[in-house]
Amino acid sequence: MSVLPIHGRARVFADDINTDYIISSHRKKETIDPQVLKQYLLEDARPGFAATLGEGDILVAGKNFGCGSAMEVAVTVVLAAGIRAVVAQSFSRTYLRNALNNGLLPVVADTRAIAEGEQLALRMDEQGRLLLDHGQAQPIVCEGLPEFVLNMLQAGGLVAYLKKHRSFDQTLASSSD
Amino acid sequence: MNGLTIAEKILSRSLGRTVQAGELVICQPDFAMGTDGSIPMALDYLKQMNDGHVCPPRYPERLLFALDHYGTASGPKALGLQGQARDYAHAHGVWVADVGQGIGHQLVLESGLARPGRVMVGADSHSTSYGAFNTFATGIGSSDLAGILLCGQVWLKVPASIRITLQGRLAPGVAAKDLALHLSRQLRADGANYCALEFGGSGVASLDMDDRIVLANMAVEMGAKVGVFPCDEVTVSCLEALGVRDYQPVAADSDARYQSQLEIDLGQVRPQLALPHRVDNVIDVRDVSATKVDMVYLGTCTGGRVKDYREALTELQARGGIADGVHLVVTPASETVRAQLEREGVLAAFEHMGATIQPPGCGSCCGTCGVTPASQSTVLSTANRNFKGRMGNAQASIYLASPRVCAIAAATGELNADGVPA
Repeated sequence: MSVLPIHGRARVFADDINTDYIISSHRKKETIDPQVLKQYLLEDARPGFAATLGEGDILVAGKNFGCGSAMEVAVTVVLAAGIRAVVAQSFSRTYLRNALNNGLLPVVADTRAIAEGEQLALRMDEQGRLLLDHGQAQPIVCEGLPEFVLNMLQAGGLVAYLKKHRSFDQTLASSSD
Repeated sequence: MNGLTIAEKILSRSLGRTVQAGELVICQPDFAMGTDGSIPMALDYLKQMNDGHVCPPRYPERLLFALDHYGTASGPKALGLQGQARDYAHAHGVWVADVGQGIGHQLVLESGLARPGRVMVGADSHSTSYGAFNTFATGIGSSDLAGILLCGQVWLKVPASIRITLQGRLAPGVAAKDLALHLSRQLRADGANYCALEFGGSGVASLDMDDRIVLANMAVEMGAKVGVFPCDEVTVSCLEALGVRDYQPVAADSDARYQSQLEIDLGQVRPQLALPHRVDNVIDVRDVSATKVDMVYLGTCTGGRVKDYREALTELQARGGIADGVHLVVTPASETVRAQLEREGVLAAFEHMGATIQPPGCGSCCGTCGVTPASQSTVLSTANRNFKGRMGNAQASIYLASPRVCAIAAATGELNADGVPA
């Protein structure tokens, strides 16, 4: 999988980070350009957070990341801020699909032992397992992603996938067996 | 093979083959909705998918574009985004509900588009509302909507179902909103993640369509992909009133497999209150410590229908109107709702009391259009979310309750246990 490995610094948040926290609806009504919106990333959850971000930081969260509104800027603003992966104990379903569609890697893993600022590495091992290296000797084994989803991520997300295939007809054949 | 849940059955019928929880499938939704909050971004995605320019929608007749999030109060940039949605709809024969007609979800429900057996999606999380009419209805993002415009298809994972068995009936003064908050309290904000909430049991019959809409609407606050009701006499008579005859009711098999089951005695549900800043931070209203209220909001796709305002008005009139220092804001869910309230004199009564009446639409719910709460203010709302900053000001504290509880607080100026059924 070409999107891996990903190296970066852990930026840790709690459970139930909703999309209004990631980017407020009242910011979104001014523009949907993520390059502009990224300065407001997570401002209501942690004021001033956007200014502390470094290129390649990895968002780490507890349960139910991205709950609430289905607004997709909550994904594109994360990507615009230079973040390529979010690791959480679970994701809200709309955030998960928006992330996959846009090529932001949503990784489900037990994040409880990860501390703010730790160096992380997401990688695939020889058995095809998705692993997360952090401060401890043992990597965290992450949940795998379905093949269709991996294919879409590899294609660069839904836009690139549909630009190439024009429909899901090819997928239909492969997903029914 | 075991039997199928309602969600599995609707998707199976749509696909022409039997599918079960956990499978990834490609669906052709019978209907898709977008809003001015989600369509502009969908059109950007559509351009990227289609070599730099938008193309006509694959199935224009299956679409509704609702311009509900923004209005003149939203500012010129928001109106610019909204204009993109309107222009595309006009150019390609898509039904567009323009500013002031109401919240897209309410329009879908009022117009008879939500029909038993349909697969419906909307680029807005509260699209789950349509499940009240025995549909498989779920929220999607803008890129998914772009995909639907391009090819009419969307990828979905067939959800496992949680069966919510309802018994008895709600006590007088207790509303569907109280039941929704009660469920949120039990399941928590992620308790139904990726799942369908399938409502059933003898208690369903005691819930009218408005009640069911509240529950299907708020299913997403527990993480659910859909909230689905059976098709019964209530559904059939609503469809008849809407002039809808073409539909296919779907019932769960008796041996359907559920991820978990929850039984609720409706008679035991008490008035509930969600405290800031979480929808699952719920207590009984009787346990609240008295809190001064600055703004009361009656509206949204959860609490902005005719019945909600009738109930609220009754409580306000019984207590002599709005308390000094409380700003009551009324935002009907649709023009149809507003016109009905006008005919009944309800709107005039609210106005006479000094309430602010906003045009139908999403209004203040997510801080995109209309009155914004003041800093350090306490807001009580009939809406579905109370996240910090949700109404456009992170310095306000938002509480959620039923229209009745909201109205009592508006009349007394205080959130307390008085006058609320224990």
